[in-house]
Amino acid sequence: MWTVALRMLIGDRTKCVALVLGVGFSTLLICQQVSIFFGLLGRASSVVNDVREADLWVMDPSVKTIDVPFPLRDTELGRVRGVEGVAWAVPFFKSQAQVRTRGGDLENAIILGIDDASLVGVPDQFLLGSIDDLTRPDAIAVNPAGYRLLFPGDEPSVGKTIELNDRRAQIVAIVDASPAFAANLTIYTRYDLATGFTNNGRNDLSFILAKAAPGADPAEVTARIAERTGLKAVTSAQFRWESILYILQNTGIPVSFGTVVLLGVIIGIAIVGLTFNQFVIENIKQYAALKAIGIRNLRLLWMTLFQATFVGSIGYALGLAAAAVFFSPWVAQQSDALRGFYLLPGVAVGTGIAAAFIVVASTLVSMRRVLIVDPATVFRG
Amino acid sequence: MQATATETKTVVRCEGVEKSFGQGQAKVQVLRGTNFEAHAGEMTFLVGPSGCGKTTLISILGGILTRDAGVVEVLGRSLPDVSRKQMADFRLAHFGFIFQQFNLLPALTARENASIPLVARGESTKAAEAAADDLLVKLGLDGHTRKMSSQLSGGQQQRVAIARALVHRPDVLICDEPTASLDAASGHTVLELLRDLAVEGDRAVIVVTHDSRIFEFADAMHHMADGVVERTERPND
Repeated sequence: MWTVALRMLIGDRTKCVALVLGVGFSTLLICQQVSIFFGLLGRASSVVNDVREADLWVMDPSVKTIDVPFPLRDTELGRVRGVEGVAWAVPFFKSQAQVRTRGGDLENAIILGIDDASLVGVPDQFLLGSIDDLTRPDAIAVNPAGYRLLFPGDEPSVGKTIELNDRRAQIVAIVDASPAFAANLTIYTRYDLATGFTNNGRNDLSFILAKAAPGADPAEVTARIAERTGLKAVTSAQFRWESILYILQNTGIPVSFGTVVLLGVIIGIAIVGLTFNQFVIENIKQYAALKAIGIRNLRLLWMTLFQATFVGSIGYALGLAAAAVFFSPWVAQQSDALRGFYLLPGVAVGTGIAAAFIVVASTLVSMRRVLIVDPATVFRG
Repeated sequence: MQATATETKTVVRCEGVEKSFGQGQAKVQVLRGTNFEAHAGEMTFLVGPSGCGKTTLISILGGILTRDAGVVEVLGRSLPDVSRKQMADFRLAHFGFIFQQFNLLPALTARENASIPLVARGESTKAAEAAADDLLVKLGLDGHTRKMSSQLSGGQQQRVAIARALVHRPDVLICDEPTASLDAASGHTVLELLRDLAVEGDRAVIVVTHDSRIFEFADAMHHMADGVVERTERPND
């Protein structure tokens, strides 16, 4: 009877297409929104992710996210270095500044100041230039998206200069930094230059990056640092999660994206449910005839679930394909705004479950009519 | 030559069947202790005015409705004793139905429609469609078997419905107003086909109609009024 079910469905092309598009649209909407949501959360911790060498972050106890640092006294660095189990500790500066682009616009930039001596804190992928170039006078490294903001239309190159708070800075490298949450332009420079670019005041130390000594448990070392210095010390993984949690708790992003995802499910159920319901209503006499002939309710239910699975699978595949195109590297190359957003396998699976819920829920609601229809109605003309 | 009632096997029998719908003051007594018999190898007509209870009676005989009281036996089996689930299987195994409105699946071809009972019984699609094709050819639909049912005329659709009702070789064929949606010529042809193809040794054919133009095909004719069979005629005796 599977063939019969399939032919019944395909025979009504308009409704079949509407069902496929309904599921496809919901899949695309849910997939895209959830992926962007996770991408934004990833951006919230991108600076932490890009610091590969350190596994401990030390900060003021009031700090909850990488994006809102509170200055430490410079003397704290020495105290942290003196804690047992700390292999090394270096300063890390994070602030924001306004940069004037070639076109005259002001762009917000994240300024990250790394230790002058060790240069710890820079991502390891350099597209142009090298980490050693940062030792040169006025040297800065920018991310590719930032470069395109500063010099729209130009091929990436090193040697160009920009003004940062009336101070000259020369681009010596282009570094493949992860897209950040607060700005598209990320600037890496030495600690002393970074503090000069921003003029934040006497205390400029945002964070202390540290490494646990070989054999030492990072979690124990963080506890020891906190106990000895009164500062907050966390592992990279903990700080990553705290930064994400801050976004979740202090912005409207979860509500906004959650609402759109919920709308995707509701719209999906509405389109699929109404179309399926209409399909059932129009075929109710035929369903009654099949019941009269001797086909059981359970079998009709399986037939309809098969129909739903068929349109659901095609719709899901189309929606997923559209989402995959949206998040493809080719599209990301066309727009820096889409960099760092990916279609994660978990999102695809989760959306599949949502799509299955949509078609099954819609089918079961529509099937109620079929299950209760009296086969004797076929004798009533 | 048709056998007489006394010589043939009784396939369908009901005695004192009562059925009502609704409750309290809205209760309507549709069948009032009616009796009915249909024999193998015969075409048994159930005739009467609208509202006399014909449809309710064939619904009960076909195991689609349950009676309130009385005896209903098909092939010697008491239908009230058959569970609802078993009843569906029983219908699929022993009954063929021809409906007034045909009720074919419009998205399916003639052969696919006609093969449904066999497919539902577990036959392979290929075998079922081959059997359906044979029957459709006998019904004069050679060249139309692969057409969608919606592309066929009313008379052709009724022939497909006949094929669907006969393809699994049922013991009882119930035809509800089989000529109501057809013109006189088509209706006559359909009854001729039913007589030639459906009336067989072990099969009882029950035709509900008030189309007097086809009364000539009846081996037995039960006249119904006010919920009971008032009289039975055997025109050929």
